[in-house]
Amino acid sequence: MSAPILEVSDLKKHFPLKGGLLGSTTGYVYAVDGVSFSIEKGETLSLVGESGCGKSTVGKAILRLFDITAGQVVLDGKRIDDLSAGALRPMRRRVQVVFQDPFSSLNPRMRVRDILAEPIRNFGLAKDGKDLEERVAKLMDTVRLPRDAVNRWPHEFSGGQRQRIGIARALAAEPDLIVCDEAVSALDVSVKAQIVNLLQDLQQELGLALLFISHDLAIVEHMTHRVAVMYLGKIVEVAPKRSLFAAPKHPYTEALLSAVPVPSPGAARQRIILKGDVPSPINPPKGCRFHTRCPYAFDRCRVEEPKLNHVATALDAGHVAACHLHDRPDAENPLAVAKGAALVAA
Amino acid sequence: MALLEVENLQTHFRTPDGVNRAVDGVSFHVNAGETVAIVGESGCGKSVTSMSILRLIPEPPGKIAGAIRFEGRDLLKLSDREMRDIRGNEISMIFQEPMTSLNPVLTVGRQIGETLRLHQGLSRQQAEEKAVEMLTLVGIPEPRRRVREYPHQLSGGMRQRVMIAIALACNPKLLIADEPTTALDVTIQAQILELMRDLKHRVGAAIVLITHDLGVVAEVAERVIVMYAGKKVEEAAVGPLFNNPKHPYTQGLLGSMPKLGSSLHGDETRLAEIPGLVPSLKAKIPGCVFASRCPHATDLCRQVAPALEEKAPGHVAACHYATKEGAIAA
Repeated sequence: MSAPILEVSDLKKHFPLKGGLLGSTTGYVYAVDGVSFSIEKGETLSLVGESGCGKSTVGKAILRLFDITAGQVVLDGKRIDDLSAGALRPMRRRVQVVFQDPFSSLNPRMRVRDILAEPIRNFGLAKDGKDLEERVAKLMDTVRLPRDAVNRWPHEFSGGQRQRIGIARALAAEPDLIVCDEAVSALDVSVKAQIVNLLQDLQQELGLALLFISHDLAIVEHMTHRVAVMYLGKIVEVAPKRSLFAAPKHPYTEALLSAVPVPSPGAARQRIILKGDVPSPINPPKGCRFHTRCPYAFDRCRVEEPKLNHVATALDAGHVAACHLHDRPDAENPLAVAKGAALVAA
Repeated sequence: MALLEVENLQTHFRTPDGVNRAVDGVSFHVNAGETVAIVGESGCGKSVTSMSILRLIPEPPGKIAGAIRFEGRDLLKLSDREMRDIRGNEISMIFQEPMTSLNPVLTVGRQIGETLRLHQGLSRQQAEEKAVEMLTLVGIPEPRRRVREYPHQLSGGMRQRVMIAIALACNPKLLIADEPTTALDVTIQAQILELMRDLKHRVGAAIVLITHDLGVVAEVAERVIVMYAGKKVEEAAVGPLFNNPKHPYTQGLLGSMPKLGSSLHGDETRLAEIPGLVPSLKAKIPGCVFASRCPHATDLCRQVAPALEEKAPGHVAACHYATKEGAIAA
């Protein structure tokens, strides 16, 4: 793979909490608190984690749907987080988004043709009216919808078909990177498979990079190249897919894997059930943010925040995790052995 | 005698453009203490089936026909008053949305106590005592404090625990859980599933679990009913259903799900798709409801609806071609 299309370093987004008589700021929601990663051209990086971990906020920050608190977002060698609205416009074309809900993300008063033509017009991609028509028709082919459906309204389509329109709209701008924010989560199993297959085909055909934000680990494993696991505004582990699923190196990843229900009744698997809930991002725990729920936490975890460090694995290739356990001798490190297969009953 | 017997249940809705046959001739039974899952995709009629059991379908536009026998009594023949004595008492329900199914202006204790005061005539004080007991049962820490809190002060997982506490307060014989973990995060889902398994042993209620998640089914159900377009297409014990599905729809559903751990074997094959869409329930379908999407469909399938047939002991499927060996004859 070549140079990264996207590089995010130490990204922070803190939302102010307003309160009091004069609406003064009384605190912050530390939604994303120092996140770094990169995506290569044509690569899929998945961002996984539970609700409130900040994964969607990261997606929105990359799309510059709001200004970030600190850090850098570099798209194809050019820093975009501090660009003015005008300077940002040409860069906006290169990062597009597919949202979760195919029902609310399409304007019900626009025909499919206009939904797809809008980004083409906005970025001045079509030479003339005929070219525009042709591009719209080609987009319909790309997402496997009949060309004559361009005259129809969003409500005439099923959820899966609407998601195809959403994908076509993202493709209309000829982006390099698409942020898929839970893009298949709202779909039924059989339709989900259709859209997952379509996304994979498109990536192959067009060499797209995908930031795939999802909480569904089975889908992620199926379609990603690398995975970043988030917890309470931080990335706790990043690894190539195979390495992560074979040998998770963070206790949270391990618990996530063991918690996914698998469709094989009676499978013997190691089960780790985390106690309690995710703490509030307004007042995240000191030290390691996961220590309040971690089954292996020890004294150091409560005071010192672990950094993302390289961890040696059998498949050794860029596997990093933020956990103090890896500083201990193997005998005292429950994550030293590869437990993936036992966790998912594979 | 089974605890619950549903016979030829038909729940239809009148709409401006025709009758919607949401549930169209479904029969099944649930034994005491058993967990039965009803699975299917959106619009297959699984939720309408569960709502019909408790007669929560507004009539009109809905219309429930058939028979729903609970301990031998046909629920469809009871008066509204008699039905109220059953709801929340002998049969109770857990809904999907723990955010919207609790009353935001009443304390958790009041909401748990409500059924107890209504059905068991407890005083306010006794009801609160019992509510604390129920919160302890469902594993909420500091129940004495929590019982006086409002739903917004609780997390999603805790709200679902409260819902379960309400449902179990009167020791129901049957618990209907409609997508009880769908709105929850996976680590919280694991907690709630563990709780349901544990409570089942302790309380002994039968459970009808409505879900679209085959993983959840495999983890908690003993018997599974697969629904498609308002019909039951397959029913079997959980093992045979997953290991040897007979109906092409069930096979398709299982094939279209990515399996966790697939990368470990390197068998990352392309997901199997079920082509096309669920048919409209407003038009009468002459043949098999799945024929339009089935890879094995023949003219026979398009013309004659297959009956539910026993393909193996305790394993029924509605398919002309599902053989007893589980292979599809070409």
